[in-house]
Amino acid sequence: MGMDVGSTTSKCLILKNGKEIVASALVPAGTGTTGPRRAMEEALERASLGREDLGAVVATGYGRGSFPGADWVVSELSCHALGAHALDGEARTVIDIGGQDAKALRLGPEGKLERFLMNDKCAAGTGRFLEVMARVLEKDVADLAEMDAQASGIVPISSTCTVFAESEVISQLAKGVDLRDLVKGIHRSVAVRTASLARRLGVEAPIAMTGGVARNAGAVRALERELGAPIRVSPLAQLAGALGAAVYGWRKIRS
Amino acid sequence: MSEEKPGAKAVLRALQDKIAQDAWDAKNRGEKVGWCASNFPQEITTAMGIRVVYPENMGAAVGAKGGGQRMCEHAEGLGYSSDLCSYARISLAYADLKSCAEQEIPFPDFLLCCSNICNCMIKWYENLALELDIPLILIDIPHLEEDTCDADRVKYIRAQFDDCIRQLEAITGKTMDYDRLREVMAISQRSSRAWLRAVGTMANVPSPFSGFDIFNNMAVACVGRGTVEAAEAFELLADEYEALAKEGKSSFRGEEKYRILFEGIACWANLRATYKALQSRGINLTATVYGPAFSFLYRNLDELMAAYALVPNCNSFERELELRVTDALKNRVDGAVFHMNRSCKKWSGTLYEMERQFREKTGVPTVVFDGDQSDPRCFSEAQYETRIEALTEIMETAKKEASRDA
Repeated sequence: MGMDVGSTTSKCLILKNGKEIVASALVPAGTGTTGPRRAMEEALERASLGREDLGAVVATGYGRGSFPGADWVVSELSCHALGAHALDGEARTVIDIGGQDAKALRLGPEGKLERFLMNDKCAAGTGRFLEVMARVLEKDVADLAEMDAQASGIVPISSTCTVFAESEVISQLAKGVDLRDLVKGIHRSVAVRTASLARRLGVEAPIAMTGGVARNAGAVRALERELGAPIRVSPLAQLAGALGAAVYGWRKIRS
Repeated sequence: MSEEKPGAKAVLRALQDKIAQDAWDAKNRGEKVGWCASNFPQEITTAMGIRVVYPENMGAAVGAKGGGQRMCEHAEGLGYSSDLCSYARISLAYADLKSCAEQEIPFPDFLLCCSNICNCMIKWYENLALELDIPLILIDIPHLEEDTCDADRVKYIRAQFDDCIRQLEAITGKTMDYDRLREVMAISQRSSRAWLRAVGTMANVPSPFSGFDIFNNMAVACVGRGTVEAAEAFELLADEYEALAKEGKSSFRGEEKYRILFEGIACWANLRATYKALQSRGINLTATVYGPAFSFLYRNLDELMAAYALVPNCNSFERELELRVTDALKNRVDGAVFHMNRSCKKWSGTLYEMERQFREKTGVPTVVFDGDQSDPRCFSEAQYETRIEALTEIMETAKKEASRDA
């Protein structure tokens, strides 16, 4: 079992023989909440297993240190590397944008983490940024991709601070701009920041994206435009950390 | 039964306290006491018997003892920017409050500033001079892009050195004895060599000491290297370390599994957290330019001037990079941790490029974390832990692969 306890969500994944995903669960509550326990219980119930049936439990994510009963605790960097590799064995660069973190990973053979960079000083351009913007627009984050796809132009957002960007979006709303063009500008803002992080790492194709923001096709398209390269996104992108943790556990048991 | 002699660490601690007390005693006797920049030529004041204390050291101590945020917030309340060096903010707050629970130093009658460490220091000390209405003596040592200090530059620094002596004679009533100056220069060499010999033992595997001890022991290298007591203490320290190294032993707690270069000033305000995350994973600091920087090697006065121009923060990026790379390779590091210190714009401005080129030249994995020397608000323990944990995982994999290939 891999348990990825993030800042805003808890993800649990049960793996059989290192390859077969038996069950998974995602709860929109992270560290310090009932989220981790509920995610684990849901996954076990779906798998019709008890905790005693598990060969290993590996915890990762921001809340990894406080998850009880983990056999191993591993950084989310290594777990996202392993998880992304399990989802796409060819990926060499992985970009993960979660609730509050953005990471760029360089993968070696077998999903080995070779190098990484994380956002420093602020969380602009992460999932939280998109949540704040969606709230201002009175939309759900899940609506943003479709709105972006319908945009005919782009309203750029220049502020790099989430709070100042929110003010800027409000100003644009007051001017009556097309919401869809505004969403495209918001996505571009995320993409520019993320692309800068990725370029500091050094981008090597193929590029894969993991984490919750990868579910937003608009943000992914914006990042593809900034990097000038296609980005591969698995339907299980948000579970990459939990998957990687489970893979780690399987490898440890085998060794 | 003979008494066991105290170890070098205790001797250095006692010496640091004595030096601090001597300054208070001098002030209470009515002597003129100064505040001095850490990279100012201490040979002048030591030779003249003038007591000085170091606001930068106070800033470090206040940060380490938990007073950094309070003092910084007070300075910000006075209108100083939170972007300023936290040593400066703490010092300016102290100048206003006239008290500080964590540490106090005697108030100055004059200020000695040297720009070889940064330019922020000049404005900081100018502000102090205005606030306290006291004279400021500045030795300007400009940024040196070349690898050597040429004759014109030496002449420029020497002229200010001599002028500083004249000004101090007028302020304090004390006279420079040039025989004493030569003596202090010789003692300073003895101290510097011993300090370098001590920190040089880090090249051993395992290192005979916990690298974070440098951050404690370096205080005397800054404030007292012109004294015989300091020279003797550093010789004792070097002998202790060499003895441990000879037996393959170390005072590092636990097994030294990984060795790292730590780049930047220590996070004084978060020293325990930055240390524990490393020590708990068997990571020992075995390369740093910060502590050894407080050693100045020269054979005569001209070379003394050059030595104070060839200090970290004052020289070309290429020279600085080379120092780190040489140190890291000589001391066989497995990785490197770069402290993006918000307070020190001079140091941090080139840090990302330093990390990039260092990584390419050495091939070791690196990680950068946000922090500050004495303002605890810039450091996040969770962010630091995640980065150190991931770096450890990378170093662990590298070691396994290396032993498989061997």
